[in-house]
Amino acid sequence: MADLRNNFVGIKSPNPFWLASAPPTDKAYNVIRAFKAGWGGVVWKTLGEEGPPVVNVNGPRYGAIWGADRRLLGLNNIELITDRDLFVNLREIKQVKKDWPDRAIVVSLMVPCVEESWKAILPLVEETEADGIELNFGCPHGMSERGMGAAVGQVPEYIEMVVRWCKANTRMPVITKLTPNITDVRKPARAALAGGTDAVSLINTINSITAVDLDTFSPEPSINGKGSHGGYCGPAVKPIALNMVAEIARDPETHGLPISGIGGITTWRDAAEFMALGAGNVQVCTAAMTYGFKIVQEMIDGLNNWMDEKGHADLDAIIGRATPNVTDWQYLNLNYVAKAQINQDLCIKCGRCHIACEDTSHQAITSMVDGIRHFEVIEAECVGCNLCVNVCPVEGCITMEPLAAGVIDERTGMPVSPVYANWTQHPNNPMAKVAAE
Amino acid sequence: MPEGQFKEGIAGDRLSPEKYAENFSDLHPPLDRHEALVEADRCYFCYDAPCMNACPTSIDIPLFIRQIATGNPLGSAKTIFDQNILGGMCARVCPTETLCEEVCVREVAEGKPVQIGRLQRYATDVAMAMDKQFYKRAQPTGRKIAVVGAGPAGLACAHRLARYGHDVTILEARPKAGGLNEYGIAAYKSTDDFAQAEVDYVTAIGGIDLVEGKALGRDYFLPDLVKTYDAVFLGMGLGGINGLRVEGEDADGVVNAVEFIATLRQAEDFSDLPVGRRVVVIGGGMTAIDAAVQSKLLGAEEVTICYRRGKEHMNASEFEQDLATSKGVVIRHWLQPKRVVVQFGKAAGIELEYTELVDGKLVGTGETVHIEADQIFKAIGQTFDLSSLNSTGSTVRLEGGKIAVDAEGRTSLPKVWAGGDCVGVGEDLTVSAVAQGRDAAESIHRALAAVAAAPVAVSA
Repeated sequence: MADLRNNFVGIKSPNPFWLASAPPTDKAYNVIRAFKAGWGGVVWKTLGEEGPPVVNVNGPRYGAIWGADRRLLGLNNIELITDRDLFVNLREIKQVKKDWPDRAIVVSLMVPCVEESWKAILPLVEETEADGIELNFGCPHGMSERGMGAAVGQVPEYIEMVVRWCKANTRMPVITKLTPNITDVRKPARAALAGGTDAVSLINTINSITAVDLDTFSPEPSINGKGSHGGYCGPAVKPIALNMVAEIARDPETHGLPISGIGGITTWRDAAEFMALGAGNVQVCTAAMTYGFKIVQEMIDGLNNWMDEKGHADLDAIIGRATPNVTDWQYLNLNYVAKAQINQDLCIKCGRCHIACEDTSHQAITSMVDGIRHFEVIEAECVGCNLCVNVCPVEGCITMEPLAAGVIDERTGMPVSPVYANWTQHPNNPMAKVAAE
Repeated sequence: MPEGQFKEGIAGDRLSPEKYAENFSDLHPPLDRHEALVEADRCYFCYDAPCMNACPTSIDIPLFIRQIATGNPLGSAKTIFDQNILGGMCARVCPTETLCEEVCVREVAEGKPVQIGRLQRYATDVAMAMDKQFYKRAQPTGRKIAVVGAGPAGLACAHRLARYGHDVTILEARPKAGGLNEYGIAAYKSTDDFAQAEVDYVTAIGGIDLVEGKALGRDYFLPDLVKTYDAVFLGMGLGGINGLRVEGEDADGVVNAVEFIATLRQAEDFSDLPVGRRVVVIGGGMTAIDAAVQSKLLGAEEVTICYRRGKEHMNASEFEQDLATSKGVVIRHWLQPKRVVVQFGKAAGIELEYTELVDGKLVGTGETVHIEADQIFKAIGQTFDLSSLNSTGSTVRLEGGKIAVDAEGRTSLPKVWAGGDCVGVGEDLTVSAVAQGRDAAESIHRALAAVAAAPVAVSA
């Protein structure tokens, strides 16, 4: 059995699966159920400063998009930070940590952007003996209108400032949670690092409107006929999150900064992908909100089996393994040639590969051969774009097969070169740096 | 005296009213909205979809399923009706397992096709429940067309002609329109008087005059029609049946399966329908299955289908065979009737001879078996009754005992088209009849338009 124990900036948990700061971690009742189900840790839902509790809307908080058979693909929410009394939350955090000492409890915080507010809350959290804090600089709705959450996360200077205050005023590890609602995620990550953060976590949710009610013309979720942008999450956001994790992991300035990966993680496979791109652990929310806490059993077991199968002894053996393979487009090998290949035994003859290629791409797949319905790649036309693979309903039926060096590429009539060559060296590139020069 | 199911001989009242109701309820209950959405999600929206090509009426199946999936059932119904105005009945009675669903790529991929027939029923039910009429009659052309027979072919032909603004008179021999949709087909496939509801839906377009109780060759003759109308469409069914041609065939209890099914369809109360305690059905097609299954559902204790060839040769689909056996019908193969055993003028059993194929020819082995039976159904094929047609005037050319037509449905006589079971092409299915009626209407319309356009061409 692989060793799934996780040590994230000194915070230990029996596995790398944490619940993200969100409705599932708003109170002891839920968190205890999560721990019983096997979750390695939680980030307690964001606490605000002392005073009258936050007020939520009293109508729908969530909107969604669905795939086939109404499988939930994306969820958005307009819920705010915890609307429970600060001291009730603190009491519960302390008790749960005492009862579950082997699990990680990190407390998410969001208070006004003045040092006094942070100075006031940090000792209260320390007193609970929680393992660390996460700075919520990501929440894109409601709180951001009041100068908190994403309003801070979108200004690198503010991030650096607040992180510095926190580092100066607590012994607890500081995780800075980043918003994706920016153009270049490396900037806030660098700012957090400059402020002394111990780690970053990302992504928070994405500004979104999930739908419009075509009877009332109200955006969804609808509150009395009006809607507001909410934070988008779930499987649909995973590709965006993976890229942002990779961008920070491979940025020379932030390389090595611990990352807690968040964004649409639903299965062990998703988690492994985040960790391979550089995440030290992962946080999950939507999958739990869709299926309940039991899914962690599949995540633990699936990760374990894959690691055993591949001979990875512990998490360090997989974390960051894919990071060096993320590069800029200009460094991709232009001499690598692949062609689609359709496995005729697996093909069910739906014709989707043909029509996708015929209508929208390169006219490189037949529909009829000798009067018989038959789908086959025309190598002389195939640019290896992978669209057919992506639209085929049968997994593994169409594969991209690389051509070996020396083989003639029927499309160009040229043999495949064994030499790695990229855009920076390409003759069509006016900026090409020719080695000979 | 034994009661109910165990009554000797041919008798009604074998079951409780509840049991009759249960037995003859909808074979495939309609999908509800949720079920339809889940099922529609399974469709891959294939390119040049095999299902569409397998449909005799070429309904754009991927499109209508996508319209269901996107919450547009009325658009879906129109896609269906554009090709097949009897799409509601076809959704119920088509042997989809040998047509669209047989070639569904999901059948290839996982042995479970998309339930195209039930989705088609869902969409057409939505439109018909709202009495949504998608087609408006064009400006009347003043052209008059006679349609003989108000079965699927005649109705499809009449509707398409009415759309073009022609005046259509449908002449139907029976008291009710619908043809086999009304008088054939197992009752559990067309519940709630659907056939009549569909006739009303189709004729609601206007311009269609439906005359019932008028038979060709009895009440009027083909030459009269040709004289009176601009065009004639012959859409008759098959009036005759093949006989067993064995001793004892005329005994009481030896019954025409087609008539039995028709009587059953018209029954107000199933308990009034007498059925044997022990029933034997001779044949291997859909009529045999429908007669056998419904005998069983009426309370017959033992029902046996005897077919002279093997399982793989049966015209009834595998699905229908399985349906029969699931209802308790026994299907026996390689048996041909040799003699009806008659006692006191009534059938008491049947003697059958075993058969085998020798050099591709079916021969009797000489060995026989006796099956007790108080009712024996003949279901070994129907024939086209020529007497209605060629008794007077010029004769229509025939082919294999049926009316010969070209690809557009034209017969050998000018101004006369034909389609449905009475012609010698296509399978004898509701859906094929609809396709032939529709296509003949298009051909008639083109012919009439050409005649109308001719003077213009001359003056130019």
